[in-house]
Amino acid sequence: MKITLHLHKYFSATFYEEHLRRLILAIRKEFSSFSESGAAPGAFRTMVRKEMSDHICSWRVVILMAIILLTCVGSLYTALSAITHAVGSNEEEFFFLKLFTLSDGSLPPYFVFIGFLGPLLGISLGFDAVNTEQNRGTLSRLLAQPIPRDYVINAKFTAALLVISLLFFLLSFLVIGAGLVALGIPPTPSEFMRIIFFTLLSIVYVALWLNLSLYFSVCFRQSATSALAGIAVWLFFTVFYPLIANVLIKAAAPSPYAGERSVYLFERFRFLLMQVMPNELFSQATSTLLMPSVRSLGPLTMEQIEGAIPGPLPLGQSLLLVWPQLTGLIALTLLCFILSYRSFMRREIRSR
Amino acid sequence: MQSPTIVTSHLTKRYGDFTAVSDLTLEIGRGEVFGLLGPNGAGKSTTILMLMGMTEPTAGSVRVCGLDPVRQPIEVKRHVGYLPEDVGFYDDLSGLDNLIYTARLNGLTEGEARSRSLQLMERVGLAEEIGKKTGKYSRGMRQRLGLADVLIRNPEVIILDEPTLGIDPSGIRDFLRLIVTLSRGEGITVLFSSHHLHQVQQVCDRVGIFVKGSLLAQGDIASLARQLFSCNVSAEGREYGLEDIYNRYFEGGTHNEDHTASA
Repeated sequence: MKITLHLHKYFSATFYEEHLRRLILAIRKEFSSFSESGAAPGAFRTMVRKEMSDHICSWRVVILMAIILLTCVGSLYTALSAITHAVGSNEEEFFFLKLFTLSDGSLPPYFVFIGFLGPLLGISLGFDAVNTEQNRGTLSRLLAQPIPRDYVINAKFTAALLVISLLFFLLSFLVIGAGLVALGIPPTPSEFMRIIFFTLLSIVYVALWLNLSLYFSVCFRQSATSALAGIAVWLFFTVFYPLIANVLIKAAAPSPYAGERSVYLFERFRFLLMQVMPNELFSQATSTLLMPSVRSLGPLTMEQIEGAIPGPLPLGQSLLLVWPQLTGLIALTLLCFILSYRSFMRREIRSR
Repeated sequence: MQSPTIVTSHLTKRYGDFTAVSDLTLEIGRGEVFGLLGPNGAGKSTTILMLMGMTEPTAGSVRVCGLDPVRQPIEVKRHVGYLPEDVGFYDDLSGLDNLIYTARLNGLTEGEARSRSLQLMERVGLAEEIGKKTGKYSRGMRQRLGLADVLIRNPEVIILDEPTLGIDPSGIRDFLRLIVTLSRGEGITVLFSSHHLHQVQQVCDRVGIFVKGSLLAQGDIASLARQLFSCNVSAEGREYGLEDIYNRYFEGGTHNEDHTASA
């Protein structure tokens, strides 16, 4: 009896409300004490602006943007040349999204390219963020300014994120514009929203790699080492991890005479193994968002399929389907940021 | 002496087993030029980092302008300018833009930042290098820009960590003269860390001799000599200088090159 009474507390909304209010108050107090002894107003904006102009003016970013722009144009071209064959197929209602997913085979479609080049973009924006400042001797001067220390790393992250967002929205709208001109049909609102969500997802995905390389840039004094570390992680997940996963999957494969249940468990195991890869999470999420006909990601039993009417999912349902992947990506991004934040805040910075 | 600007008591910093600074008790008065003299690795830079609140002391306490750098580092940094050893600038920006950036971080508006930066560049003698990228600056020019960078927030205290390293003799003379003018003219407290004893002798009112993490002696040069040799005139009738004091501590070992340079 006592236990049920006790549990009852946790199910009441007011209990959580009270806790939430307390938490918010505590956070607000924390922040106000920051701003009381805090930096000059506008200091953070100044730093973000400087970092952004550094990015945009640097050759590295110009080259990467050129590469991504070229692949975008290339895959748009192949999509447009393949789209004529798609006319008359049964999926005409999401015709516009085919611009992002279709390919005539000479080049991979746009969303696959982003999955491949996004990590490179993220790594290249972050790998020398902190260590170059330290090697140049500007970091100790920066930390001697009356600004909180985390402004440095927050500004670097924010600036790179803004540059990425700018680039991806630019590309998406470019594709939409080109599609409008070439096809002559406007996207439906739901298609447009799907494209927006796809763009946001790509930004999160690149932000993950950005944070990872930011972390390496705090860890390693040499920027070459930190770039290499970032690329090593990326290569591991694109090349070696699938190999290892395949070996494991082959070893765990049930015999052809195994029961239904063990086959199901095996399929779930395979699904889990693949989902460790951030690029797999990204490609699952994007393909679901851009292809409304994708109805499930994991293995399904016959019972679950029974009675289902094949057809495209509405946007809300597609989002619900990729919610775990999305959450996973955001969590990984935050984790990397926390790691780099922590090691940066605890580090003693000496001149050079 | 007015209420001291920098006070440390029993300040200690350990890195694992290694004690970088041990039991440092020091007072520096307002408007004073204090020289922190010691060989490389004596713990001068670590002391400075603790004064700036950039690293936490293991034990002891610090007060800078009446503030605790551990609790209020930002407030301390608003009053104290710190020129790190071998200061760096953003190479792809001009000297002026580097200064404007610092000024903006200190809360000056765009217009104020520009006019103050221009004024300071003139003051440190870089009026002709305003538009030049700092990547093309010489070492001495970088140090002077560093001084302007420190002065931009109107500090009460400036802390200079080995500021004359790698500058040619005439550059050093100009730089030291600038520091003295600032201190005398505007009442800025200066903490000058160096291992060049003749430079310290040239500019500092008081000197602290710092070896292996502890302060061996402090005071003006005459009183230091009195402390050590019980009179301030040697057997040959020559007045004891800082050099003799320094030699007494280091037994002439590591700093022979300074000997010849100042002779």
